[in-house]
Amino acid sequence: MSDDKPVTAKQPSHAETLLRRAEEQAAKDPFAGVDFAELELSLYRPRTLFSIILSWIVSGMTLLALVPLFAVLWMLIWRGGQKLSLALFTQLPPAPLEQGGGFGNAILGTVIMVGIATVITVPLGVLTGVYLAQAGSTRLAAGVRFSAKVLTGFPSILAGVFAYGAIVLATGGYSSIAGGIALSILMLPTIILTAESAIAMVPAKMKEASIGLGATGTQTVWMVLLPTAMPGILTGVMLAVARAAGETAPLLFTALFSNYWLASNGRVNLMQPTASLAVLIYNFSGMPFKNQVELAWAAALVLVALVLVTNLIGQSFSRQQVNQ
Amino acid sequence: MASVPEKIRVREEVAAWHPGQIWKPPSDVQRWIDLIFRRLCVAFAAITIVLIVFLVLEIGVKAVPAFRDHGLAFLYGTTWDPNTHRYGILPEIWGTLYTSLLALFFGSAFGIAAAIFLSEGYLGETVFKILKVFNLHFHPFWGHLPERLEALLKNLIELLAAVPSVVYGLWGLFVVIPLIRPGCNWLHAQFGRFPLFSTDLSGPGILPAVFVLSIMILPTITAISRDALVSVPPKLRMAAYGLGATRWETILGVLLPTASRGIFGGVVLAFGRALGETMALAMLVGNANRLTVSLFSPANTLAALLANSFPEAGAKEIPVLMYAALVLLAITFVVNIFGAIVLERAAGKAEAR
Repeated sequence: MSDDKPVTAKQPSHAETLLRRAEEQAAKDPFAGVDFAELELSLYRPRTLFSIILSWIVSGMTLLALVPLFAVLWMLIWRGGQKLSLALFTQLPPAPLEQGGGFGNAILGTVIMVGIATVITVPLGVLTGVYLAQAGSTRLAAGVRFSAKVLTGFPSILAGVFAYGAIVLATGGYSSIAGGIALSILMLPTIILTAESAIAMVPAKMKEASIGLGATGTQTVWMVLLPTAMPGILTGVMLAVARAAGETAPLLFTALFSNYWLASNGRVNLMQPTASLAVLIYNFSGMPFKNQVELAWAAALVLVALVLVTNLIGQSFSRQQVNQ
Repeated sequence: MASVPEKIRVREEVAAWHPGQIWKPPSDVQRWIDLIFRRLCVAFAAITIVLIVFLVLEIGVKAVPAFRDHGLAFLYGTTWDPNTHRYGILPEIWGTLYTSLLALFFGSAFGIAAAIFLSEGYLGETVFKILKVFNLHFHPFWGHLPERLEALLKNLIELLAAVPSVVYGLWGLFVVIPLIRPGCNWLHAQFGRFPLFSTDLSGPGILPAVFVLSIMILPTITAISRDALVSVPPKLRMAAYGLGATRWETILGVLLPTASRGIFGGVVLAFGRALGETMALAMLVGNANRLTVSLFSPANTLAALLANSFPEAGAKEIPVLMYAALVLLAITFVVNIFGAIVLERAAGKAEAR
């Protein structure tokens, strides 16, 4: 309102009159015109009945969604547990129609290939996460972040196709190295994105204090940021490891399968076809032999146990971070 | 580092002003290490972008011979015959989209329901009411039960995603298919004239594949939708309750519309997952080169085709499979990039509120 205009007594507008009247009414009796019965949760009122029914439907659907999880776990324990014995972990897969046998080489193969993938991705992913957390919103950082997000949805089979073209064809054979590299493509985005968010969550004052004491950016990263963000980073690594351990598609035609141990004559050769639990389950589930199908169930039990334990370890790290 | 001498001078001066302090400026060696480490981080970060470019180029270049031989006819051909060297992947493209869309329908319905269930805190509320009956709702141990059970439920739904897809495939093969076969064959016998039920379920088929696929994408949808619902500002919910809306009038009229972008982004990302999912489909969909809408008929998808054909492919078939991989890559990239952009916009909007 400017000062040079003369102030005249204004006629109240229609809205103001209504407002005034409502205020007067409210001063007399604030709940006039409110039907309290209408607000009750009752089965006889269409509005609340609708609400109650939908609540029940949603609860039922959530419970139904959990049924498969328990059904799978129960089947695994029931059908895989029968077969469980020490021999499974020490013996080689049986030939068709042969009885007994185990999948010791497949467990070892899974561990070795996931290990190769972890060795490749952890330095790459964590340092990329450091860069992203420090760089903020530069063009490169935005591009890297976007690529990592796109890679999270990258079909696992295509990682296998890529490793087949880039490594199997180049080195002339299926190998655990090729399998490990295929798995590392799937692990990379998880590690980058969790490392970035874990480092970004370190309080800025800690970083500033470190720099104020004369530490370089590198020293700050190694002595302040990484140790503080370690639980979060480890959670990401464990989740990525758990996912990689269960992947089958990238290994089908990069590591293939093998009925033998990796080491022969006391020497470990990583450049040969390698067995893995996941591929064993896939191969044996399609076989018409009872023994192989039972072994597939037992292998599935071992694989799920491995994956779930890794997941739980990862979650316990993230709980540490919350407690901090 | 042209200005090192000056920096040394500055450092000596600073040190002279404050003798015996715990802090000290970095030395030259530390500066150099810092510079090298920074460059290393940038280089490692750039590798991610290079990796994506390399992935696309690698598959693209290997597919060139097949593209030259078959051209775009590959995309709408319906035969796959290595003997006569005639290839077409229309049935696989159709199978991929058909199974993914069906799975998306069921996965979204149950996933969003679970997200609402979690974000509304139904479980905690119910447990709290039960505790109240026993007057334990502020008990030092039992009082924490509602929130603990809520966290447990959230973790259980996330565990659905942790089970490897090959295990779901095994389960589908030996449990789901025998379980649903009688019902499916009854449907076929009764309603066989509908295209959806026009064949019987003799073993692997679209329906078991869709069933397992929807379980696998449900956790993605639930996690992202729950985040979107939880990030709706509480004042909107309070305002709706204050106006006398019931819980479901609030959910349908306020919460879901506000969170819709985030939920939509989650659904799109789940669609991308479903398109690229391999093992469960390779085991359950039947690997039949067939163009069909029947739920019980065997079919094939791009990913399953790759999984089944690659290990036995001859040198002539490899480029053709690379071409198919390129098509899958293109479809999933478009869907994933779209989903990532939608989610980013949704996050931007939520921050602006």
